[in-house]
Amino acid sequence: MDFRSSDTITGPRSEDVLPSTATAAVKVVVVGGFGVGKTTMVGSVSEIRPLTTEETMTQAGVGVDDNVGVETKTATTVAMDFGRISLSEELILYLFGTPGQERFWFLWNGLFEGALGAVVLIDTRRLQVSFDVIGRLEERGVPFVVAVNTFPDAPHHPVEALRAALDLSDEVPMIDCDARLRTSSRDVLMTLMRYLHRLAVPLA
Amino acid sequence: MSPPRRERRKADPALSDPERLYVITGAPDGERAALDLVTMVVAQAEPSPMVQPEQAAILRLCKAPLSVAEISAYLSLPFSVVTSLLTELLATELVESRAPVVRASLPDRSLLEAVMHGLQKL
Ligand SMILES: Nc1nc2c(ncn2[C@@H]2O[C@H](COP(=O)(O)OP(=O)(O)O)[C@@H](O)[C@H]2O)c(=O)[nH]1
Ligand SMILES: [Mg+2]
Repeated sequence: MDFRSSDTITGPRSEDVLPSTATAAVKVVVVGGFGVGKTTMVGSVSEIRPLTTEETMTQAGVGVDDNVGVETKTATTVAMDFGRISLSEELILYLFGTPGQERFWFLWNGLFEGALGAVVLIDTRRLQVSFDVIGRLEERGVPFVVAVNTFPDAPHHPVEALRAALDLSDEVPMIDCDARLRTSSRDVLMTLMRYLHRLAVPLA
Repeated sequence: MSPPRRERRKADPALSDPERLYVITGAPDGERAALDLVTMVVAQAEPSPMVQPEQAAILRLCKAPLSVAEISAYLSLPFSVVTSLLTELLATELVESRAPVVRASLPDRSLLEAVMHGLQKL
């Protein structure tokens, strides 16, 4: 294993060290196609410089280039950007931004399981890139909100047209955002929490 | 011009089964502790020559609470490697872990209120 001598490991900067009371953590996952602003959003709300964790995944597959149907095992390294928000002395929120190909995100066990919910970032110039990931969240029953990242040259579709195009049910919140702004990204997270709060109320 | 259209998918009970929480596949049964990316880890002892260098590094990093994801980032080691290293440290009680608060089938409203309260201060 390629491991640096432990003396050279740099841990968190002193201002990033959590208090010993920090014992409860929750997580939210930010998904969306390449270049929609996931890394930007994680960075804009994080109290620490965003970090990267990775996982190696092995997937048994069948060769597609030949017709022989040979079993192959491929290893892929998937990296994940994440940031952190201390909500109180005890409670910490971690925000994960998924890169690359979505089929690998869902193979990462424990990434979506246990997450409070997800933020789907969309770019109205390339709506289709979010179709598959939205479907996968639906299949897994992961609650999500849709945040429309407003790029200057993006076509403006009315929210109802977007809702129809994305085939979202009426209760799924949609919100405009600028992922570069901390307050805007914070509002997206607030929208997700309010939505989860509503879902938590049993409809008698 | 009208945008392209998607078609809604149904929840698949096999994929959203809460029993699947924290089942880490790829590891032989029961050999690896059930650790999440955001399980918080705190060292309970000073590093000693008895542990591997990677584990000594974890003990140094975790003098204050740190998530498994942060340990993986600072050590530049994959998540599954870190969970293996932590499994031994947990078994020998050199570290303590605190499982994350997860989305249960009935989400806890007071937890969500605490999250909103914290976000409001940002
Ligand atoms: N105008 C504008 N640009 C953005 C916004 N969010 C991200 N960007 C830019 O879009 C590019 C891709 O963003 P990035 O966060 O790397 O996307 P990712 O691939 O989803 O992680 C970067 O150059 C960002 O500066 C936004 O809300 N508005
Ligand atoms: Mg990115």
